[in-house]
Amino acid sequence: MQISKEQYENCLAERITMEAYEKLAAGRVAIAGLGGLGSHIAIMLARCGVGKLHLIDFDEVDLSNIHRQAYHLSQIGKKKTEAIAELICEINPYIKLHLDDIRVEKEQVATLFADEDIICEAFDHAEAKTMLLEQFLTNRTVWIEEKKLVTASGMAGFASANTIITRQVLKNVYQCGDGVSDIADDIGLTSARVTICAAHQANMILRLLLGEKTP
Amino acid sequence: MIVNGNKISLEAPVTVAAFLEEKGYLKSRVVVEKNGDIVPKASFETVFLDDRDEIEIVHFVGGG
Repeated sequence: MQISKEQYENCLAERITMEAYEKLAAGRVAIAGLGGLGSHIAIMLARCGVGKLHLIDFDEVDLSNIHRQAYHLSQIGKKKTEAIAELICEINPYIKLHLDDIRVEKEQVATLFADEDIICEAFDHAEAKTMLLEQFLTNRTVWIEEKKLVTASGMAGFASANTIITRQVLKNVYQCGDGVSDIADDIGLTSARVTICAAHQANMILRLLLGEKTP
Repeated sequence: MIVNGNKISLEAPVTVAAFLEEKGYLKSRVVVEKNGDIVPKASFETVFLDDRDEIEIVHFVGGG
């Protein structure tokens, strides 16, 4: 179905107001990790018309991902950057995508995120999450404009969805999740709970793009 | 000393490393800010905390 950019934008603006649409269309967001959190966050932000998404992951789609990540069976074996771009193209072909098929190393953080206002941490390992926050704080003085970081911690298992929240933990740093449910405790990881956390992150990013600072 | 907005009493100065260990945090999964500045992991054993300090500890668990 051929839908013009104008048709697409007007339809979205009708839903969220042109003023909100224009702010989101000017937004530039980096998503580090395209797994259970990142794949869903990318799609949610694409649906809302966020202007530019910088999508970063080194991995390929695997059968073990399908139970909670946004990918399809037909995409198994594809690079996650390629697979998520395919899905986004079918949802919002008018946003700008910058794909990076790489693992984020600490020495790269200063330059890797130079172009984005908001960085979304969507890794799975606690150590990688910690590294990204450390490097974000260390490099704050290097970047010309103020950037914001939205992280995630604690979404494993089958505990109540009501314990997943968004908090501001430091200046310009937010954390979504229940803070305690660790995948290392072998309590499982479900699409529902992980996506709730992803939605918290996506919502916080939208709020930041619209000028709100509080969770 | 204020930790994550809560007042606690610290009898004597203690290193960041010792404080984290006492509270049960894993060094590889926390970021510490002391009076607004990040304390690099390499300095956990040499930076001291005392009762006048304001610290923020951000902790991560795995999954995503």
